[in-house]
Amino acid sequence: MSQLSLEVEVNGQSVQRKVEPRLLLSDFLRHDLGLTGTHVGCEHGVCGACTVLLDGEAVRSCLILAIQTQGHRIETVESLAPDENQLHPLQEAFQEAHGLQCGFCTAGILMTLRPFLEENPNPTETEIRQALSGNLCRCTGYQHIVDAVLLAAAKNKND
Amino acid sequence: MKPGAFAYLAPNSLANALELLEQHGSDAKILAGGQSLVPMMSFRLSQPALLIDLNGIDELCYYQRGDDRGLRIGALSRQRSLEKEPLVAEQAPLLREAVHSIAHPQIRNRGTIGGSIAHADPAAELPALAVALRARFRLVSTRGSRWVAAQDFFRGLLTTDLEPEEMLVEIALPRHPMRCGSAFLEIARRHGDYAQVGAAAVVILDSDGICEEARLVFLSVGDVPMEATRAAAMLRGERLTEEFIAACAEHAGDNEIDPTTDIHATADYKRHLAKVLARRAFTVASERARAQLRKES
Ligand SMILES: Cc1cc2nc3c(=O)[nH]c(=O)nc-3n(C[C@H](O)[C@H](O)[C@H](O)COP(=O)(O)OP(=O)(O)OC[C@H]3O[C@@H](n4cnc5c(N)ncnc54)[C@H](O)[C@@H]3O)c2cc1C
Ligand code: FES
Ligand code: FES
Repeated sequence: MSQLSLEVEVNGQSVQRKVEPRLLLSDFLRHDLGLTGTHVGCEHGVCGACTVLLDGEAVRSCLILAIQTQGHRIETVESLAPDENQLHPLQEAFQEAHGLQCGFCTAGILMTLRPFLEENPNPTETEIRQALSGNLCRCTGYQHIVDAVLLAAAKNKND
Repeated sequence: MKPGAFAYLAPNSLANALELLEQHGSDAKILAGGQSLVPMMSFRLSQPALLIDLNGIDELCYYQRGDDRGLRIGALSRQRSLEKEPLVAEQAPLLREAVHSIAHPQIRNRGTIGGSIAHADPAAELPALAVALRARFRLVSTRGSRWVAAQDFFRGLLTTDLEPEEMLVEIALPRHPMRCGSAFLEIARRHGDYAQVGAAAVVILDSDGICEEARLVFLSVGDVPMEATRAAAMLRGERLTEEFIAACAEHAGDNEIDPTTDIHATADYKRHLAKVLARRAFTVASERARAQLRKES
């Protein structure tokens, strides 16, 4: 099948690859770039596990073709922590508040929350639940996830 | 689940896109937000030979005031932009109120207004809202352009008046009338899920507070947006009391919808929901219209 040249910025670095038009962004990230932090649950837009940022906005990477990111900017969960020994404040809050169990949904949730908290630094519990309505978690019952977001917002205010 | 193989082109002007559509006809599919098309391709329910990606065509993303002082919306405008655009709050508060019910934020960031209307899912909000607001759609092809009223556009399940070589380029809403109130309500199992039933109501009062026009459109209770014209006509010329509204909602739910049983709800339950939502939506819409009337005097 014919391959197209793709040039895209991923986590601050420019990458060039040949891709088939039918390649999903989620598979491009995981298989071609080895960025396996982005998870794939349903592959049809329902679960939110594959959420990444496209030009700063949260999107489903299983509903975008890799070739559509030509010239755009992608950020994945791997971009959150500043280095190997430190976590992003949002990740710290998830650790402290036990906002995850198996962790399958976590990358998508973190990438949904990053732009949400930037736009909305003091969210109510209802706003948090609405923001997370498109992310399924089969383990936690969401309560500790909501706690983690409230904790992250509170910490941010105190800083 | 992965899409099958296809060729991909990303034209950078509307004229180029229309030429490609003309050349390839029903072998080609337009890719707008991809939030319905890509999953359908992954399920292999749709297997186009060519995808024509509109996302590089900036001329299709806009909000403008029309000559009639209404609102003109470019088809590629993202659903998310309905939340932020000041002209929407001013001219189409009903859209602003309903936008949070359309899927989830990640999907609204990509999904387009034109894509939702062209897709014509009977459970989608925008088609029903377009009918309630008396929107008109501009359809163009290399051969020319035509306007179709929202009430005439939706033909059946996922079926519209669009020809294979035509594209929806603009949604035009008439100017927000004076003394007009509107409301949208839906019941979904989870915030952002497709609704089990939804109802949009619009009420326009005359300067004495008598109902001049009323509209009621349901989603998810038929193959297309279901407008309850006979029920709404009962309100015309009346003062909108609780009794009148309740009778109208009852009539609409009994006679003007066609719900089917699915795994989440029986047809009877949806009929019940439709009546309750219609009553509530008309009550809120008429309160809002009365508030406008008070402001005027
Ligand atoms: C998990 C999930 C939940 C969702 N929940 C809801 C919901 O609650 N309510 C709701 O309304 N929607 C919901 N959606 C659908 C979403 O709103 C889609 O964005 C929308 O249905 C299609 O818009 P799009 O721009 O993504 O179009 P695409 O997926 O790109 O296209 C859809 C179809 O329309 C055609 N098309 C697109 N644009 C045009 C045009 N300008 N002219 C002619 N044809 C065109 C395409 O060829 C294709 O056939 C949901 C989607 C997902 C994945
Ligand atoms: S894998 Fe993309 S939404 Fe589930
Ligand atoms: S922690 Fe297991 S799915 Fe959310």
